Parts: sequence; structure tokens; C-alpha cells
Amino acid sequence: MIPAAFEYYRPKDMAGVLSLLEEHGDDARVMAGGHSLIPMMKLRMADVPHLIDLQDVGGMSDIEIDSESIKIGALVTQSDIIDHAGLAEAAPILREAALQIADPQVRYMGTVGGNVANGDPGNDMPGLMQCLDASFTVVGPDGERDIPAREFYEAAYMTAREDEEVLTAITIPLPKGSYAYEKQKRKIGDYATAAAAVQIIKDGGKCVSASIAMTNLSDTPIYSANAGAALVGTSVDSAALKAAVAAMLGDIDPTEDNRGPVAFKNHVAGIILSRAIERAWSRA
Amino acid sequence: MSKKMHIKLRVNGKEEEFLAEPRELLIYTLRERLNITGPHIGCETSHCGACTVTIDGKSVKSCTMFVAQASGAEITTIEGIGGSDDLHPLQTAFKEHHGLQCGFCTPGMITRAAKLLEETPDPTEEEIRFGMAGNLCRCTGYQNIVKSILAAAAEMNAAKEAAE
Repeated sequence: MIPAAFEYYRPKDMAGVLSLLEEHGDDARVMAGGHSLIPMMKLRMADVPHLIDLQDVGGMSDIEIDSESIKIGALVTQSDIIDHAGLAEAAPILREAALQIADPQVRYMGTVGGNVANGDPGNDMPGLMQCLDASFTVVGPDGERDIPAREFYEAAYMTAREDEEVLTAITIPLPKGSYAYEKQKRKIGDYATAAAAVQIIKDGGKCVSASIAMTNLSDTPIYSANAGAALVGTSVDSAALKAAVAAMLGDIDPTEDNRGPVAFKNHVAGIILSRAIERAWSRA
Repeated sequence: MSKKMHIKLRVNGKEEEFLAEPRELLIYTLRERLNITGPHIGCETSHCGACTVTIDGKSVKSCTMFVAQASGAEITTIEGIGGSDDLHPLQTAFKEHHGLQCGFCTPGMITRAAKLLEETPDPTEEEIRFGMAGNLCRCTGYQNIVKSILAAAAEMNAAKEAAE
């Protein structure tokens, strides 16, 4: 499996990256760990005449946590997420999700920035970032801007990032309450048949806030405000669970593929969301 | 054809310099250019782990890295871990505990296991199964691979203690 020929660049700073993007336009792509892009290039499903490797660009490999928010550089890997003690305390849902992504070798290379920027509906981090109400910082020729994760995804591989922009960081408001990331996959390394991210706040035995997002059940991640709202004010009993699942099923739009027909995916989505809510609630 | 690049690697302690197209996958560089044939080509789609090598302290599937990305890196393959005259404790343990049958996955298994034991010197069975999840074996059913890694860990820890 040999990909088509390309020119390779390894600029030392973001200015170098941006000038290459400006020069080559659509023919250029940036690459972090490459574990989504390289397989596509080997299959010749992605044609990248000019490949810009970000590995030498500084300032994108840090995890910073303060009293309000968490900032994760785009080149932070899944394995960095798993190993970061401060992050495991501040936002344990990130570690729980990262542990369910791919396999050890892929997690050493795969980055959070690549995972969210790629726009593949199978990636886990986009739905998770929607659940956490994160925003993505992109930098382009006109400077920097922040895009909310809940507004970033337009369709499979289509995002609000412009071709000449690079996603550099993710900012997450410090999560409150308890959490669960639940994922059904056929085997290690597979994308989800269905996955659910749940962040929930309990006060006086009642749910006072719930955020729910689903993965690989539409051509974008699905933040289901309705599913969260179905839990608020309840004691998260079986009636509330049922209502949340029904609301979520109204928001997703799965398609048939080698992971199963639509009815099966809806079925799995319901079970996975129920489990995620129950686990999050049991931790509250 | 794109133009060739000047590539510099350090493989198993030896400096290597050559010209290559950036699209050359590292597994081909190792096997065909440098004649280091321990890392195998299994699935070639980043699933099976037979091509696993250590690059700057990370276990990496070398079928999913361009040689251009690896330029400047320090690479260790199974050849750099141990040979027939100086078997690594993992190699001895795989031999003694029947951790292989056909042997095709073994170089990747041991290269990955060596890194795992470096990070987690005294792993539980569960940690081994989780840490080895990127390496497939179609013969053993994994039971004896897990036993081999547990035995190697015990052996290495005992040797470390004796040395102290």
C-alpha cells in the first residue's frame, strides 16, 4: 500500500505552516499524528500533494488547567491524556474516553487535535467535546478565532474550520458533577457502534443539569439538549431514563453500514446512553 | 515522483543516512532498505501490530509512519532488544512459556511488551491484556503470551532487586 507521491514539509513555526497553506490551498493538508490521514492516503482515498507535518511546531503539546478551564494543545496525544494526573482529576471523562480509543500504539501517535479536526463521525473526541461545551481555537491568515464544538461539525469531514486555518487548541470549561463515557465497539481499534458522553450534576437527590452527546450515530456528533433536559428535575429513575433515551433517538440519524442496520443502531444507542447515565448518576 | 529527501535515522544504535521519497513507509525502509527484517508486515492497515517498533520512546506501528516523519528519530526494533546470543528476558520467557506458535507476531509482541514493562514494570494480567491490545496473534489465543510477559516481568524485577 503505497500512497501517491507528495511534497513533505516540516515547518518550525505556525507562520511557516500558514504560508504553506496559503501557497498550496486545497492541495495542502496539515498532519499531526497521521493515524487518520496516513491510512486514507495509503488507500488513495485522500490525495495530499503537499503534506505539512506539525511535529516541530512548538506550543501545541501542553495541558494547562486553571480554576475555570482546561486548555489542551492540538498535538497532545491520547496517551498524554491518559497519563496526565491533573487532567484525570479535573476532567476524568477525558481519560475514560481516551482509554476506549484505538489501541496503545495508535494512542501514542493519535492527537486530540487531529481527532476533533478531522470531522470523522467515528471519532470519539468530537462528541465528548460537545458534551463538555468545549471550544476550538483555529488560527489562519486573519488571526485566531474560537469556534464552539457544538457549532463546529457540518457533515462528515466538513467542519467550520476553513481550509487555510489550523486547529491549535481546545478549551474546556472545568466540568462539574459526575460523568461517564460509554462505548460499544465490535473489537479493539474499531470505531463505536454507538457511544455516549454524559456529564451530570446532582443536588438534593435530583438532577439539576445534564449534558449528553452521542458518537457515530449521524454524519456529525450529536449534542442532544433534549435528552439532557429530560433528566433535569428528576431523580433519574427509570421513567426519566426512558424519556432521555426517547429524546436522544429523536435527535440521531444513524445509517446502515457494516456495524448493523438502523434499527440495531438505535437499539444499541439506547442501551449505551442508559448505561452512561446510570453510571454517571451512580458516581454523583 | 516527488523529490527525494535526505533522511537521518538512528536504528538500534546505528546512524543511517540515505535519500528516500517522503512517502516511503517506515516498515519498508527498515525491511527493504536497511535489511532489518524483524518487524513484519501483517495487515499493513495499523491493526495487527506485527510492524511495531519503538520510536523516541513510543510503541509505533511502522506501517503507519512515513520515513520523512521519522527522520531524526531514534528507533529500536526487535534486533535491538536481543539476539540469539543474548536473549532478552522476554524472549526467554516467550520460549519457555510457549508464547508463540508460528512466530509471525512475535517480534511486534516482544517489542511492544518491552515498552510496556518499561512503563509498568510489575503489571497485572489485566494491564498486560490492555497494554498488548494493539498486537494480534492468530495462534496462541493470548493465554501463553500473557503468561510469558508476567514471567519476564518477575524475572526482570528479581534481577533488578538482586543488583541493588
